[in-house]
Amino acid sequence: MTELIRFRDDEASESPAVTVDAFGEQTNAGAVRIEPGDDARELLPHLSHINRVEVNFPTFGDGRGYSAVRILREAGYEGEIRAVGEVLIDQLSHMRRCGFDAFQPDKPLNDADAEAAFARWDNVYQKTTDGRVPIWAKRHG
Amino acid sequence: MYKYDNYDQQMVDTRVEEFRDQVRRRLAGEITEDQFKPLRLMNGLYLQLHAYMLRVAVPYGTLSGAQMKMLGDIADKYDRGYGHFTTRQNIQYNWIKLEDAPDILADLATVEMHAIQTSGNCIRNISSDHFAGAAADEIADPRPYAELLRQWSSFHPEFCFLPRKFKFCVIASDTDRAAMRLHDIGIQIVKNDAGEIGCAFYVGGGMGRTPMVAPLINPFVPLDELITYSEACLRVYNRYGRRDNKYKARIKILVHELGKDEYTHQVEEEFAHLKTQGIEPPLAELERIIPFFADPAFETGLPTELERSDPDFALWVDRNTVAHKAPGYVAAVISLKPVGGIPGDASADQIRLMAELATRFSFDECRVTHTQNIVLPHVKLADLKALWDILDANGLSSPNLDTIEDIIACPGLDYCSLANARSIPVAQKISERFAANGKTGELGQLKLKISGCINACGHHHAGHIGILGVDRKGVENYQLLLGGSEAEDCSLGKITGPGFDEDGIVDAVEKATDVYLAQRQDGERFLDTYRRIGMDPFKEALYD
Repeated sequence: MTELIRFRDDEASESPAVTVDAFGEQTNAGAVRIEPGDDARELLPHLSHINRVEVNFPTFGDGRGYSAVRILREAGYEGEIRAVGEVLIDQLSHMRRCGFDAFQPDKPLNDADAEAAFARWDNVYQKTTDGRVPIWAKRHG
Repeated sequence: MYKYDNYDQQMVDTRVEEFRDQVRRRLAGEITEDQFKPLRLMNGLYLQLHAYMLRVAVPYGTLSGAQMKMLGDIADKYDRGYGHFTTRQNIQYNWIKLEDAPDILADLATVEMHAIQTSGNCIRNISSDHFAGAAADEIADPRPYAELLRQWSSFHPEFCFLPRKFKFCVIASDTDRAAMRLHDIGIQIVKNDAGEIGCAFYVGGGMGRTPMVAPLINPFVPLDELITYSEACLRVYNRYGRRDNKYKARIKILVHELGKDEYTHQVEEEFAHLKTQGIEPPLAELERIIPFFADPAFETGLPTELERSDPDFALWVDRNTVAHKAPGYVAAVISLKPVGGIPGDASADQIRLMAELATRFSFDECRVTHTQNIVLPHVKLADLKALWDILDANGLSSPNLDTIEDIIACPGLDYCSLANARSIPVAQKISERFAANGKTGELGQLKLKISGCINACGHHHAGHIGILGVDRKGVENYQLLLGGSEAEDCSLGKITGPGFDEDGIVDAVEKATDVYLAQRQDGERFLDTYRRIGMDPFKEALYD
């Protein structure tokens, strides 16, 4: 059981994350936490000095965080984006595809199950910002 | 028909392995039922009143003979010897054991089939015109576009936890045989003035407790932006669709609350952004898919006349066959609505027989219709009598397509844990009533649709006559609706007034049809007469 799964080589920042609202008034904070109802686009002008974004999943069934992380990656954000909250084995591969590169579930995951989940899909149908080549691109190499 | 390549096969095989692992973890108690539920739902497995129900995807309703045969074999091997074809052009098995489900998915994968995303809050199986490729009025075969969307929507990482389920439909003619505008996104393949093919997007339709007809939000999305535009529509919905109340979570509510113009504006902004992301497959991918749906080798110089001396055969030809684009061919509809039967049910033997007939008479292809029947899309007129003889000998020759006996009904309280009332017995009594009184033929086209609860799986809002089962103080009660249509003249039915008990609703339907017979003018269908004379004459007959 690992409490933080991370796909980055840099040092993990553990500075406290402020809310998106608080960040609006205090833009020198290093880390921000996005809740499902927040608009990730409010952060776009400030991405260059954010070193970590947390996206919270209060329940695994609320999928707004998947759009939030894609929006940040599509805008070119390269810092850590960490999924926190109810992060479960069977959401990991989708989260990774959308741009999460760190995972800190409320309830630590079984390491072997997590490893299998990340490695499950050799191919993908869609293009995202994760750099994987979609099936349609392989077909038309 | 589309054939999987190694990539498609690998995706489906991987899903089987993943699901096997999920079931293992559930049976071992490693995950809770709450955590397992969305996983099994995304593989089409529902927990119903008596057992698990498995819903198998039939993309755009098209099946090969081998696929259809497998559906029959699964009914025998894992269920009680029958299956139920649904309004989603899918098939459901009602008596499945959880521990068998991974093996069923593995069997399906051997014939390029799956149950991926047939339930759950994700993009569902994509429906289409059951006469695609046979109808004379199409701009193009809609199925290649549906297949492109199928691949894009399968395991889409951003859209697996939407506010609610999401249904696409793709058609390619002005005549709507697939209830396109009652889907979350309905796409009509169209040609513009320059002769280019593109996609008209209708967004925010649906039935359920708040039925809505989808408005047109973009009349022409170019083919090489189809996926990007769809992604924009979905992203706006994923971000802003309501999640506070599951009954207000469908995209129709978002489009309605924002207004069509504001929703469209937000989609266009997201679309402009997504166009910079290179997410659209190249047109070459669509061009790869299109030839799979090329016309079969239709013979030419075939006779176009039919020997009609057998009156039962002639009646079936008149009622259950539809004109075809190729001379000498018809599309033949096998009705799964025998008088007194369960709409959409077929035995394993019947399913295997229909598979053989598809292979022998229809270029190895059949279709599931949203009206819960089976189409053999390309049958030679010269073969029609031989086909009918076999159907007739096997209880599959009911001559009642689009008549009052061709009832759509959801499984209702006999199976479904959401239902408030039974649908099947009402359907059975109505078909028996009209078979006995002999009015079926005289009534002509009359689409009757029954739902056992407000979720409207039986499309009652869109029936010329609709029936909604409700629970009134612990007693099943049935409301009557008139004037709905799922077709190009799409409209939503209106409730006549107070509901009826089970026998009362059968009488009420007959009274409503008597009003039509008394008041109709030349050539009018039930729906046309209702639209002309309005609700009042029907109310008088029903309640005075």
